[in-house]
Amino acid sequence: MSEIEQLSCQELVELVTEYLEGALPEPDRARLEDHISGCDGCRDYIEQMRTTIALTAGVRHVELSPAAEEALLATFRDWKKS
Amino acid sequence: MTRRRYSRGMEQVVSADESRLVEALQAGDERVFEQLTREYNASLLRVAQIYVTSRAVAEEVVQETWLGVLRGIERFEARSSLKTWIFRILTNIAKTRAQREGRTLPFSALERPGTVPEPAVGPERFLPPEHERWPGHWSAKPEPWPEDQLLAAEARALVEDAIEALPPAQRAVISLRDVEGWSPDETCNTLGLTETNQRVLLHRARSKVRLALEDYLAETTYE
Repeated sequence: MSEIEQLSCQELVELVTEYLEGALPEPDRARLEDHISGCDGCRDYIEQMRTTIALTAGVRHVELSPAAEEALLATFRDWKKS
Repeated sequence: MTRRRYSRGMEQVVSADESRLVEALQAGDERVFEQLTREYNASLLRVAQIYVTSRAVAEEVVQETWLGVLRGIERFEARSSLKTWIFRILTNIAKTRAQREGRTLPFSALERPGTVPEPAVGPERFLPPEHERWPGHWSAKPEPWPEDQLLAAEARALVEDAIEALPPAQRAVISLRDVEGWSPDETCNTLGLTETNQRVLLHRARSKVRLALEDYLAETTYE
């Protein structure tokens, strides 16, 4: 009977963000953890998501062009004079 | 590990530190201005690029934002945090520019129910629903990733490209949450998203970046 309550891998991958955000409501969280305790594929999948998040945290921050930064400073100096 | 350096949400009272920043800015302290612009420009650009098409226009929007900040700082009343206030100025300017460009705002489509779902992983990776024993289970399961290859600069460049390729709303959410380390609350407030929509956008964005990495590793590992 527990079959009905089991999560498939295909369903699980759609719940990963909620799970990692700590936003997955209780019966679902337990079902998810129950699933990964017996499923290598899903365990690896969640690990890959964690790695993805860690790598994303390491990407370069976008920057203003040097010309735009110059202009910004000029704006500030103009403002200060006014 | 995920970086967690959330400030305490948007409604926080202005901290002593921030009051000092505001006062210094009001007094025309150039170093403080530079410090603030360095801290916020990346996020400001990210948010601006949701609304306007080109990078050049986004840079103009950031310029205008700081001008708005300088013109308004005298009247800043600390009812919101300085950060919230700055981003509100940006969003107003960016929306006006977008309207002038005749663009519709990218979030509106997402508020509508029935938007086509984008699966995190393609259905071909799973056994079909009519499978006798394991419907919806992996037919091609993910393999553990080799750590050493992820350290390559190539992997980082790949993540950057994958983020750039996302639709604007997804790109903005993943940039603020995972690149800039914003909290869900800050992200929702600044982008005007519900918590659920914010999470859906983040989910789609992260799923696509994961897929890009998986494809990359499959090529470099087995070729």
